[in-house]
Amino acid sequence: MASTLTDSQLVARCRAGDQEAWSELVDRFSRYVYAIAIQAFRLPESDAEDVFQEVFARAYQHLDKLRDDSAVRPWLAQLTRRLCIDRLRASARERPVDEEELAVAEADETLALLDDALTVHEALAAAPEHCREILDRFFARDESYKTIGEALGLPSGTIASRISRCLSRLRAFLEGRSDGSGPSGEG
Amino acid sequence: MTAFHEERLAKLIRALPPAPAGWVRAAQELPFARGELDEIVARAEADLAFRERLVADLEGALAAEGYERDPAVVAALRARLSSK
Repeated sequence: MASTLTDSQLVARCRAGDQEAWSELVDRFSRYVYAIAIQAFRLPESDAEDVFQEVFARAYQHLDKLRDDSAVRPWLAQLTRRLCIDRLRASARERPVDEEELAVAEADETLALLDDALTVHEALAAAPEHCREILDRFFARDESYKTIGEALGLPSGTIASRISRCLSRLRAFLEGRSDGSGPSGEG
Repeated sequence: MTAFHEERLAKLIRALPPAPAGWVRAAQELPFARGELDEIVARAEADLAFRERLVADLEGALAAEGYERDPAVVAALRARLSSK
């Protein structure tokens, strides 16, 4: 389960050599980096894996050069973007420049969406476990009601209403974040 | 982000599926590979021919020397060699 450490605290612990913190940092940003490579830049799986590993290898190597620990998220996004563009250029040298520019422009639009998605996932990480689990399984992991019901020991007939309630809770949390409220539990 | 209606939330949750577990695990294990990485980098600094082989064909050179070609280690090594 994700801790409540801020990005800044997590980076500071990584820099101090805390291996658990590093593991959590990878866990926290793995979906984001993966989605940038696969969805935004549409890299083939093998190229995406190389980029994924290279992003975290460089992050591990250069974490001490990060000027603002709280900026780890945009730093990783930029690093991933740059490595994806390098990969596109290396794999399609014959492609016209304007086509490559178009691909990068489209990728940048998707990046904005993925940035919002990460914000929602961070909010979800702070939600009660039953909400986090059911929303992640249904939407992100694309599991069926039957699979979710079996995994969580819930009747399939209750899954839809639980998803709906959890989405409402998440919405309320995101909309009310400025007044300091958090995602509360629900039955 | 401006609107948080449920349909959009669902779309945004769906936008971040999990990365393959093996990729995540490999990246998480980087600190444990540090000893091996340090050894290879130190050798590359001391042995110019070895360094040239690494730069020319990283994975091939590692395999020829009997090192495991873990993708995370290869990526980490590439990052370290390029920063030297």
